[in-house]
Amino acid sequence: MTATPYAVELKDLRKSFGKTEIIRGANLAVAPGERVGIIGPNGAGKSTLFNLISGRFGPTSGQILLNGKRIDGLPPYQINRLGLARSFQITNIFGRLSVFENLRCGLLWAMGYRYAFWKFLADLRDANERATQLLAMIGLQHKRETLAVNLTYAEQRALEIGITIAGGADVVLLDEPTAGMSKSETARFIELIREVTVGKTLLTVEHDMGVVFGLADKIAVLVYGEVIAFDVPAAVRANPRVQEAYLGSVLADHQAADAH
Amino acid sequence: MKATATHATTAAARRRFDTGRIVVWGGYALLFAVAPLVFTSNLDRSILTQIGVAIVACLSYNMLLGQGGMLSFGHAVYTGLGTFVAMHALLGIGDGSFPIPVSLIPLVGGFAGMGFAVVLGYVTTKKAGTPFAMITLGLGELVTAMSLMIPEFFGGEGGVSANRVVGQPILGISYGPQIQVYYLIAIYTLVCTVAMYAFTRTPLGRMLNATRDNPERVQFIGYSTQRVRFFSFIVAGFFAGVAGGMYALNFEIATFEVVGAGRSGLYLLFTFLGGATFFFGPIIGAVLMVLGFALFSEVTQAWQLYLGLIFLLMVMYAPGGIASLIMMNVRVAAYRKLHRLWAWYALLAATGLFMLVGVAALIEMVYRLQLESGSGSTLRYLGFTLDTQGTASWLGALAVAAVGFVVFELVRRRFVRAWETIEGEIEATAALKEPAS
Repeated sequence: MTATPYAVELKDLRKSFGKTEIIRGANLAVAPGERVGIIGPNGAGKSTLFNLISGRFGPTSGQILLNGKRIDGLPPYQINRLGLARSFQITNIFGRLSVFENLRCGLLWAMGYRYAFWKFLADLRDANERATQLLAMIGLQHKRETLAVNLTYAEQRALEIGITIAGGADVVLLDEPTAGMSKSETARFIELIREVTVGKTLLTVEHDMGVVFGLADKIAVLVYGEVIAFDVPAAVRANPRVQEAYLGSVLADHQAADAH
Repeated sequence: MKATATHATTAAARRRFDTGRIVVWGGYALLFAVAPLVFTSNLDRSILTQIGVAIVACLSYNMLLGQGGMLSFGHAVYTGLGTFVAMHALLGIGDGSFPIPVSLIPLVGGFAGMGFAVVLGYVTTKKAGTPFAMITLGLGELVTAMSLMIPEFFGGEGGVSANRVVGQPILGISYGPQIQVYYLIAIYTLVCTVAMYAFTRTPLGRMLNATRDNPERVQFIGYSTQRVRFFSFIVAGFFAGVAGGMYALNFEIATFEVVGAGRSGLYLLFTFLGGATFFFGPIIGAVLMVLGFALFSEVTQAWQLYLGLIFLLMVMYAPGGIASLIMMNVRVAAYRKLHRLWAWYALLAATGLFMLVGVAALIEMVYRLQLESGSGSTLRYLGFTLDTQGTASWLGALAVAAVGFVVFELVRRRFVRAWETIEGEIEATAALKEPAS
């Protein structure tokens, strides 16, 4: 092992639901600062993989390491405290709280306020400043006091990312960040994600190949619960196993789109 | 960027001391101060004292229900056990084994409530949602059963009684006269209200709201939802216990009913009626609870039947309780459109009252017939004499109720349309005011 441990490392990770094995011995090692796009056909287990890494489920066997520390089987909040944050495919925000409150909730633990009931939120200068900064970063200054439930879909997606990065985690998992967005919204949104995740280790699950290639330096291909390739995009495209698994379809489509 | 952020925080800090807040809290304190000067009889002052107790109990209950989304069916466990421990502390002051000032009895109740919340709440808050509700129900039954099994502590059927006029009077305050007890409890109620409001402005208080809205996401931003619920439950248990301790001082007797499901149900019912979605809602609910028992029970024997009816209508038509009705109208008033509703409210009140006269006549006759037939078949009702054996009385009441219902419903439907028009106008205005994205 190198001196600096991998940001995220999966070792022979397996997960079964009943008799069905969804993740079948996945291996992956992501170096700090790498930006990885995880692709694969429907049902390959991409979302399950994210749920395992972020602690939503415990793995059946195998190991997950975050910065060299075992995190498999830990509850989500402990994994988050160790520096991993995730967003959700289906928007997962605090509907009856304002946009500002949503962001502030996202950073309270990381800033050390924990379960404090002897301090007023209004007096937490650093937390309020950081929440205001985040508000500007995701471009929702004018919606500061709006209840999250009243935002437009695209704004909710932006807030979703804002809550995810609020705590300053250095490993960020994004589960289909642009799901349900229009093409123009998607383009702007990718820019936003790039800006707010500078310097972080980024793992993204995406169906939209444009998004994947826009956000990722490296591609991991997940097929039937196994990582069959993990490399820079050009090498992944050329990989015969990947071409076979996809029957040329998705990547070929993308190459065709590129050619235009 | 930094300048605006700093500006925002100082503005937020300043906002905490703005005039609006001073007026609201000052008015609240003033009400407590002058109420016993207006209502001077011992009975009135006892009612006022009970209102203080109920306010703290309902506010503490709403920490769970409104702020945490935890539907508890057993909150009386914490108020009630607080009461019992406070009674024993009072007895201890009496025989010299527990020499503390009587003024601190509510705090004894508070720490008792908190202690039981630590032990029982640990189990309860492991779960949320329906399992949480079930566990509170089970624990409530358990404690009620225990209260009859351990007469040494709970005093069996007769309960525990003690005398609050014990020890040396401090500055001439012996807690003999009701007015002294009232002011002590008023001070506790004020302090507790401020403290519980302050709780809603703290990190834990806000994360409790977040846990109510979306427990799953809370887990992924570093918080254990179980801990958030558990710690909040303990805080709520403390204030419940304070209410229990105040109850002990006011009544000087505690029976097993104070921990029972009936009382827990009342906290739920009146907190909901007052309005769980706003901080001040439970205060309204608490006032109604005490007045309901003290006054309406004088007007009619069947008052709990009416209560059930009101609760039912509230759940169906105004699930945000009275507080939300008030706030909705305040919003309409803020947009200067309230004047368009006065006529509707007058019509609703008139037709509603007409319907109520008929319905109430029916209820009173049924009640007399089924439960009080010993007192004869005729009863006085709003200046009329109704006869439970006579067809005319039944038909008359039925006709009034039916006509009232039809007219009320017609008015209500038109009112809803008028209300929606106004809401639409307000939304449009609000959308215009908002800066473009």
